[in-house]
Amino acid sequence: MTDANAQAPRTSLFAPDARTARRNNSEARFRLFGLISVTIGLAALVMLLSSVLFNGTSSFRQTMLELPVTLDAKVLDKKGNRNPDDLAKVTTIGYGRLISDALDKAITDNGIVVDGLTSKDVKDMISKEAPAQIRGRVLANPDLIGQTVSFQVLANGRIDGYMKGRVTLETAERDSNVSVNQLHLADALHEKGLLDMPFNWLFITAPDASELRPEAAGLGVAILGSAYMMIIVLVLSLPIGVAASIYLEEFAPQNRITDLIEVNISNLAAVPSIVFGILGLAVFINFVGLPQSAPIVGALVLTLMTLPTIIIATRAALKAVPPSIREAALGVGASKMQSIFHHVLPLAMPGILTGAIIGLAQALGETAPLLLIGMVAFVRDYPGAPPEGFFDPAAALPVQVYNWTQRADPAFVERASGAIIVLLIFLVIMNFVAILLRRRFERRW
Amino acid sequence: MDDLRIVERDVNTHTNKITARGVDVFYGGSHAIKGVDVDILDNTVTAFIGPSGCGKSTFLRCLNRMNDTIDICRVKGEILLDGENIYNPKVDPVQLRAKVGMVFQKPNPFPKSIYDNVAYGPKIHGLTRNKAELDEVVETSLRKAAIWNEVKDRLQAPGTGLSGGQQQRLCIARAIATSPEVLLMDEPCSALDPIATAQVEELIDELRAQFSVVIVTHSMQQAARVSQRTAFFHLGNLVEYGETGQIFTAPKDPRTESYITGRIG
Repeated sequence: MTDANAQAPRTSLFAPDARTARRNNSEARFRLFGLISVTIGLAALVMLLSSVLFNGTSSFRQTMLELPVTLDAKVLDKKGNRNPDDLAKVTTIGYGRLISDALDKAITDNGIVVDGLTSKDVKDMISKEAPAQIRGRVLANPDLIGQTVSFQVLANGRIDGYMKGRVTLETAERDSNVSVNQLHLADALHEKGLLDMPFNWLFITAPDASELRPEAAGLGVAILGSAYMMIIVLVLSLPIGVAASIYLEEFAPQNRITDLIEVNISNLAAVPSIVFGILGLAVFINFVGLPQSAPIVGALVLTLMTLPTIIIATRAALKAVPPSIREAALGVGASKMQSIFHHVLPLAMPGILTGAIIGLAQALGETAPLLLIGMVAFVRDYPGAPPEGFFDPAAALPVQVYNWTQRADPAFVERASGAIIVLLIFLVIMNFVAILLRRRFERRW
Repeated sequence: MDDLRIVERDVNTHTNKITARGVDVFYGGSHAIKGVDVDILDNTVTAFIGPSGCGKSTFLRCLNRMNDTIDICRVKGEILLDGENIYNPKVDPVQLRAKVGMVFQKPNPFPKSIYDNVAYGPKIHGLTRNKAELDEVVETSLRKAAIWNEVKDRLQAPGTGLSGGQQQRLCIARAIATSPEVLLMDEPCSALDPIATAQVEELIDELRAQFSVVIVTHSMQQAARVSQRTAFFHLGNLVEYGETGQIFTAPKDPRTESYITGRIG
């Protein structure tokens, strides 16, 4: 040894040798790669978010016409006895005329000159949904009949597009659905304050609307459907998943059968979601006979999908609890069950919650299996209050996005992006709740 | 070995607390403990010494059936606690462990408050009827573990926030809170500094008045300081068992002599 030391030439610490330089270089390279990967990831996220926000934020404002509509009793209630059955006989066509008259009157009252537009052209600037809205209001409150009530009615989708910059005077010339003169009139109405863009509550509360009425399409049914499904998924998958994990991790004997179960759970997490949809269709709808398009079926399918995620996360969290805690509990004479529920589970809780929220977030954004069980259907009726409402037809947020992107009218692009924003807000809220819960459990020490 | 404080102690008047006969332990295929016979006396500190892997911890964990938690572990032979075989199928290990408490190598307080750490055992065994009784048990346990004065003002503080030595004494308090008859200690001082070690050793000597204490240790000085009887394990065999003074001054077996003089181990 002393010989070897003697022969080694004395090197200065100030001059790094070739080997050290190589090692440092490789470290620098690795750091650079890491930085590049993170940058790419961030850039993708920024692009995604900015595209969604750019396209979608406008859906939270909606062009509305503020019109004083005279609810003429002669038109709406010919018999004059306010009988609900008779009132219901007046169709939207009757109300359409009232609105049309109201708009004409508003135009003349404000001294706006209408160029080259027939009365029908002017009427077409109002959404076809508007008469139905007013009819709904009147049927709900027949006392309005005979009065002149100020209503906010939806403008046509093209007018809305013009206000938001999607439709321009040039595109209008080539568009059979809207004329340049109508757009000029819209400008004039806007100047007089008759036409405005308030916050679009209808987008959040209203049900979906037909292909021809993008201005009236809303997320109400989809949000309710998704919320119902998340409730059921949480109620089913968290206890089942945690119980299964505890059994597998703490109680199950180590043998072939448990090995097989473990492998299958891991594989289940990788099964394409559409397969779960087929399963749901075959088992829950065809075999069990549950209704189509119902949140209960969607939730059962999503529960099956979420379970592996929760089980894997929970088992990892249970494994991460130091064995000394179990020993300590057993050492003072706690039973196995007590040691798990008093000591292991609270320590594993943050991990379990993270897994559960990840699973739920996955389920919230899942589309494919819901298409197969019929949640893609056009549903305009709100599902009832739970628990009966779980069996009523409903839509789901991601399916609504899918639905709207399928439609021809460009106004639905904006709606779809808006729906994505709503979906993202829900995900952010869920993650925030997860962080809060985790902190609450962790702060205990 | 001159520095060892070896005192002649009259231990033969004590009765047998634990009697082990022909105990064999297997981990899967390997034979970890080979036919061990030991009598552990009441109100006595018994030390298990021996080189690493000799089976002393394994044997200790047989005494309160902590080995039950290891799937591949099998125990043969009989271990009697006050004449009752603890491996009898009728025995519930949960009940046994309330009588045979255990302190581990690494301090392992629960991530709960100091109070809850000590109160946990009495609570799950239903030893107290009300809060006042529980408070009293917690206080006496902490006093016996010589940590009361340090923690009495912060019983609601987390047990994991204490220093290593305090944590270990808290674990001892937790173990004696269920009023066990035997206290097993698996290298209780190996993670502690000399001052904390001295405190724990002093404590062990005091605990002898109420419990039978069995301690596994790597430190022969410690065995000599705290124990009245010493068992030397080697390769799964109980080589020699006798009074501590005799083991350290006049070992009968050449292997014991080699170990205590530092030639094997």
